[in-house]
Amino acid sequence: MFDSLKKALMPMFLTAMVLLAGCGGEWNSPYPIQERGLNILYSAFSERPKHLDPVQSYSEDEAAFNAQIYEPPLQYHFLKRPYTLVPATAEEVPRPQLFDAAGHRLPDDAEAGRVAYSLYEIRIRPGIRFQPHPAFARDAAGGLLYHHLKPVDLNPIHDLADFKQQGTRELMAADYVYQIKRLAHPRLHSPIFGLMSEYIIGLKAYADLLTKANQTLLKSGHGNAYLDLDRFPLEGATVVDRYTYRVKLKGKYPQFVYWLTMPFFAPVPQEVDRFFSQPGMAEKNLTLDWYPVGTGPYMLTKNNPNRQMVLERNPYFHGETYPSEGEQGDREAGLLADAGKPLPFIDKAVFSLEKEGIPYWNKFLQGYYDASGISSDSFDQAVQISSTGDIALTDKMREKGIRLSTSVAPSSYYMGFNMLDPVVGGYSERARKLRLAISIAMDYEEYISIFANGRGIEAQGPIPPGIFGNKPGEDGANSYVYDLVNGHPKRKSLEAAKKLLAEAGYPDGIDKENGKPLVLNIDVTARGPDDKARLDWYRKQFSKLNLQLVVRATDYNRFQEKIRKGNAQIFNWGWNADYPDPENFLFLLNGPQSQVKSQGENSANYNNPEYDRLFEKMKNMENGPDRQAIIDQMIEIARHDAPWLWGFHPKEYRLFHSWMLNQKPNKMARNGLKYQRIDAAMREQKRAEWNRPVLWPMFLVLAVLVVTALPAVIAYRRRERKSAI
Amino acid sequence: MLNYIIRRVLYALPILIGVNIITFSLFFVVNTPDDMARIHLGVKRVTPEAVVKWKQERGYDKPLLLNSSAPGTAKVTDTIFFDKSIKLFAFQFGLADDGRDIAYEIKTRMGPSLAIALPVFLLGLACYISFALMMAFFRATYLDFWGVVLCVAMMSISSLFYIIGGQYLLSKLWNLVPISGYGTGIMAAKFLILPVLVGVVSGIGSGARWYRTIFLEEIGKDYVRTARAKGLSEWRVMFKHVLQNAMIPILTGAVVVIPVLFMGSLITESFFGIPGLGSYTIDAINSQDFSVVRAMVFLGSVLYIVGLILTDISYTLVDPRIRLE
Repeated sequence: MFDSLKKALMPMFLTAMVLLAGCGGEWNSPYPIQERGLNILYSAFSERPKHLDPVQSYSEDEAAFNAQIYEPPLQYHFLKRPYTLVPATAEEVPRPQLFDAAGHRLPDDAEAGRVAYSLYEIRIRPGIRFQPHPAFARDAAGGLLYHHLKPVDLNPIHDLADFKQQGTRELMAADYVYQIKRLAHPRLHSPIFGLMSEYIIGLKAYADLLTKANQTLLKSGHGNAYLDLDRFPLEGATVVDRYTYRVKLKGKYPQFVYWLTMPFFAPVPQEVDRFFSQPGMAEKNLTLDWYPVGTGPYMLTKNNPNRQMVLERNPYFHGETYPSEGEQGDREAGLLADAGKPLPFIDKAVFSLEKEGIPYWNKFLQGYYDASGISSDSFDQAVQISSTGDIALTDKMREKGIRLSTSVAPSSYYMGFNMLDPVVGGYSERARKLRLAISIAMDYEEYISIFANGRGIEAQGPIPPGIFGNKPGEDGANSYVYDLVNGHPKRKSLEAAKKLLAEAGYPDGIDKENGKPLVLNIDVTARGPDDKARLDWYRKQFSKLNLQLVVRATDYNRFQEKIRKGNAQIFNWGWNADYPDPENFLFLLNGPQSQVKSQGENSANYNNPEYDRLFEKMKNMENGPDRQAIIDQMIEIARHDAPWLWGFHPKEYRLFHSWMLNQKPNKMARNGLKYQRIDAAMREQKRAEWNRPVLWPMFLVLAVLVVTALPAVIAYRRRERKSAI
Repeated sequence: MLNYIIRRVLYALPILIGVNIITFSLFFVVNTPDDMARIHLGVKRVTPEAVVKWKQERGYDKPLLLNSSAPGTAKVTDTIFFDKSIKLFAFQFGLADDGRDIAYEIKTRMGPSLAIALPVFLLGLACYISFALMMAFFRATYLDFWGVVLCVAMMSISSLFYIIGGQYLLSKLWNLVPISGYGTGIMAAKFLILPVLVGVVSGIGSGARWYRTIFLEEIGKDYVRTARAKGLSEWRVMFKHVLQNAMIPILTGAVVVIPVLFMGSLITESFFGIPGLGSYTIDAINSQDFSVVRAMVFLGSVLYIVGLILTDISYTLVDPRIRLE
């Protein structure tokens, strides 16, 4: 029995060993041996991208790919802080021309009330070409080769790579205008259509026009046929000449330039849209939503979101050089060593699907991923916090040459009070003091320490650090919640909170009007046991004031519905910046954008006319002392009314291996891949050093098996040889 | 036998309709079409108009089960349930709510799932049966006792522990195989060693105990005593007679899972980065993609029914006394 088992298992064991040995190099390497030593970046993604069509894509996961492929006219400077706009394909950052209702040009600093419309004239650089793509391929006669495909022609096609011919063409202003028109496309869902239709002149009417044209196509039985946007002009986006286009906006909207850094405003060639609209394409997943086409430094050459996405260098990339200036300290940090060198540095970027944190982290430690975040599970392995609160890498990380980079995210995680609620909401002194008392009692410093491993800074207002309007230090402290002690903000005492609570009519947590304890409700989307500690912590904070907190846990759908309908009392919410402008945070408290009234982003339904008046004034101003003064007033009003418990701004920690160069966190720009450089030789050396196969355990396991089986073999033989009687 | 199979297939139809109704009801009790639209459209800047448009495009603007405003049969046919269900019976899964072809996804994900599940199934079966036979052979000895103790201990440990432990030992500590990932062709082999090993080892406890119970029941029967009395070796008695006669309960447990092997395993695939079908359903539930959920539940039910029919057929192969009529 054992002999035959051995005979069966031995070839399998040998085959496995031969396979592993045949892989060469490290046995545990997840990459093909052919890629050894090549200039490839290895990264991972945990969520498959939903959309790669630049008109629909809005999430960070998708931006990791799209931002390397598509080139909007503008981009953020890689090194400079505060965030600075620089041209990408544009000749220069456009300055808006302002006009009054009679069409007369106004000075650049004209007040918003006088401005009827603004005109952005954007001139792109000539000579920029799109990546190779079959939509551009031409036949000998110069006609587009793959634009009249019959269903039978698509039979052998399963992937874009199955098209034998590819072509390119020069980027034109019309490609940008075409994409702006696509914002209103009836078959697409652009998340910014609602916002942009308030600004781009004629966009709303244009959407109605396209909807009608689409319905006509539907009625004629050609529902999926190409909807030719070029047939329908849009007043708000027009081509001036081959390399120039204009965008016409209602009134004054200085934040528009920031939108020009996003893929929503990247060029899409109409040939590509037409190519993918052919019958049978969508059924084979051949869509622009699956195969992006751009002019950027990289192109997507493998799109298998279930396993791997691969970006490779675009052979037609127009060329760009590494910035030669940055902010103070960049030169010393080696961030200007590559100044003036052509971009991109990396030939290929391989993104593997990694859903679980443990394999991701271990592969990073083995050198198979070049960079990693730090999850709560691995925080203690990676980072140590000294008694003085200083953060440093652990010895193990330092031995490996791993480096740590930290940055405060342009985000706010806050606790909102529903201002429509009869108890915590409203603008009476009673409600306001109740909110302030809770704001003081909720010890967010402790929260950050326990639940975020210290990765965050307590918020003093809605605007995170790094965004104009945020004031660091004592100038920026929220005097309603903090006292200044030795120039540093220190949370007010619990006694101060209790005093406010008593003034609000709830001495010691008892409602004076009815003599009953005050019970408050928080709505959360708690999912499992991990959230229990957090919820217990909330209860504990409220109980400091003798307030009873009822946790109403629900699923995300019901939670959203409650917020939409204004049925929540207290809730947690957050916001990530779209662009580095205070307007992108202060609008979250703007009355007209109330969630209940207008389905806007003001989830607390805060409505203060003075705040709203100042907001309207502030949003159209250039950054400067005047704007700062208005922002200060707005923040003071918000702090006074306390519609939010300001929460915290998360800090992001990122680890890099020693072979990764040019690493500087840029929380606004998603197109950072082109600046990164790797030392592939060093990586190979380190990987070999860290991943030598350890063989003795295999032999030990075999020996244990043999030793364990031996008594059984002996007993079997003895029994077989035993006589029957 | 053909009549029997046809009858079983016809019996399956009401089961499948029932499964479809239950899936539909459970899904829409928790999620409304509005929720689905909001999940797909993202968190930021979703307008009510965009929600309406999304629902219209995907047919989620219709009533769920009964359209009382429609005339005649349209009361039933002009509903979300009818729209989304009827094509399933022709195996037309259509597009996921994110616009991707479900059949294409199933086709491409089935292979990796099978690449793990099939070796785990076959190797596991061989290991569990061999181990169980050994325990049965040495019944009432210290080998049997400690074998059962080991089995109980192994089946008491979570499968997650085996995965994390396997990754830690074989990949992180000993650097023998990749922690996770997947390759095509010959490259796939080195990614499969660890998940297959973990799959087999984690199942030994329950598998071997189950088969041991079956063998112990058989081993006390008269034909075994007769075989021994004839002077057959224990090897022959165990593998030729006991194993063969224990095939009915073995097949009951084993054949029924063969078609379901295509469906993959959620935890294994997630931890080992295998792009299989296991995570497809869970991802769909998380993203509230009803089109994928109904397709996967339907497919799972069909495969399970196929498994049951195959089990019945396999009985006739191992026991000539059984006739399917």
